[in-house]
Order: sequence, then C-alpha cells, then structure tokens
Amino acid sequence: MAGTSSNFRTPLSRARGLGAAKHGAGHFIAERVSGIALIPLVLWAAFSGPLLAKGDFASASTWLAQPLNAVLAGLLVAVGFFHLRLQIQVVVEDYIEGFVAKSGLLLLNLFVCVLGAALGLFAILKVALMSGAL
Amino acid sequence: MTEASPGVRERPLSPHLQVWRWHVTMAGSILHRGSLIALYVGALILVGWLLSLASGPDAWATYMALLGSPLGKLVLLGLTFALFFNLASMVRHIIWDVGKGFQPKLADTMTIASLVFAGVATAAVWLIAASTGAL
Repeated sequence: MAGTSSNFRTPLSRARGLGAAKHGAGHFIAERVSGIALIPLVLWAAFSGPLLAKGDFASASTWLAQPLNAVLAGLLVAVGFFHLRLQIQVVVEDYIEGFVAKSGLLLLNLFVCVLGAALGLFAILKVALMSGAL
Repeated sequence: MTEASPGVRERPLSPHLQVWRWHVTMAGSILHRGSLIALYVGALILVGWLLSLASGPDAWATYMALLGSPLGKLVLLGLTFALFFNLASMVRHIIWDVGKGFQPKLADTMTIASLVFAGVATAAVWLIAASTGAL
C-alpha cells in the first residue's frame, strides 16, 4: 500500500521534486523581454487598426502586402502569442490546483498559442506573397 | 528511517480577497490579469481577421460585418482598453521589477496613471477612427 510504504520515506525524500523546476528566472526574463518588444508593435497595430477598418478588401490586402507591414504583423503575431503563452501559463499555475486540470490547461494553452501563431503567420505570408495573383 | 513527525501541522494560509481592504494596486493587479485573458481572445480575433483576409473578399466582408456590428464594436472597444492598460501596467511592473517605486503613494499613483493612460489612449484611437470615418 502506498500509505504504508510512504511511512518509511524521510520528510526530505518526500519533499524532493515537489519544489520549483528551477526554470523561473528564464520564464520571468522571457516575459519581460517579449513584453518590451510588444510595446512598439502594439502601438503600431493600434495606429493601423482604424486605417484598415476604413478601407475595403483590396486596400487591406495591398496594405498587408507591403514588406514593412507584413513583417511587423508577423512579429506582432509571433511575439504576441509567445508572450501570451508565458503569461497565461502563470495564471493557470496560480489558480488551477488539480494535476490533470492544470496539465490539461497548460497543454491547451501551448497548443492554442502555437496554432494561433502558425495560422496568423501563414495568412500573412499568403496575402503578402500572393495578393497580386488573386 | 521513519518520519520525524507523524502528522503535518495545519499550515497558515495567506490572507485572500475577503480580508484585504480594497485599494487601487489590488484593482490594478486584478485588471492586469483580466486584461491579459481578454487579450488572449483578442489575439485569436486578430488571427481570424488575417485568415479572412487570406480567404478572399467574401470571407473578409463577412468578418468585417461581424466586427462592425454593435456587439463587435463593443468587444473591440474593450480590447483597445485592455491592450493599452496591459501595456502601461507592464511598464509599471518593470519599474517594480528593478526595485523602484514601492512607496505606497507612488505605487498608487503609477497604477492610477496606467488606468488614465489606457482611458486616454483608447479614447484617442476611437476618436481618430471616428474622425476618419472608420466607424
């Protein structure tokens, strides 16, 4: 029985492996660095939003096909999902207790962010490289 | 060797929401996380827009009609605020991370400033949008 055998383990042995994974500092720094990178990207996006809301399909395609816009949009999507993944991971780790629920949500968070970034980047590439062919 | 103590004493719990007096840094902290979760949805809305643009004029028109509906505009207005608040709040946290700005008065002022910045920047973007006829 697990309960009986655990009586023979020392408190130190039971505590081992339950602490921090020692990856906290890297996570913390990556959050801050990606956050700083997002400041100009987000300001650019907020400036571009009304511009795109006003125009039609052709003007939006032409806008996204311009190299600077395509690259900045790509960086916004990539860095944005990278940052969101790190930040939401901490929220899940703080509030969700059960092992299965926590692991499940962490996996879901990772998958949603990777899928979102991949879809976004592909869409940008398609518009940027093929809008002339439409 | 057996266990040193058979039972673990009940551990003290940290005080939670119901025993804290309400203050602005606490509201800022909650709003920071709230805005983060809102921006998660916002990022997916952005990807949806990119996909609609990559899918052709019809898909794009449908998506823009959705975003341009009253509910869509309300969501976008909220997301604009969440975006600017999260941005300002992150700067606020970076100042704290380098060990500055912990005096209670200053910490409160920084939090209020990030809320004011978010409000003003949101109003500015939407006023610009309105004046250029984008709404």
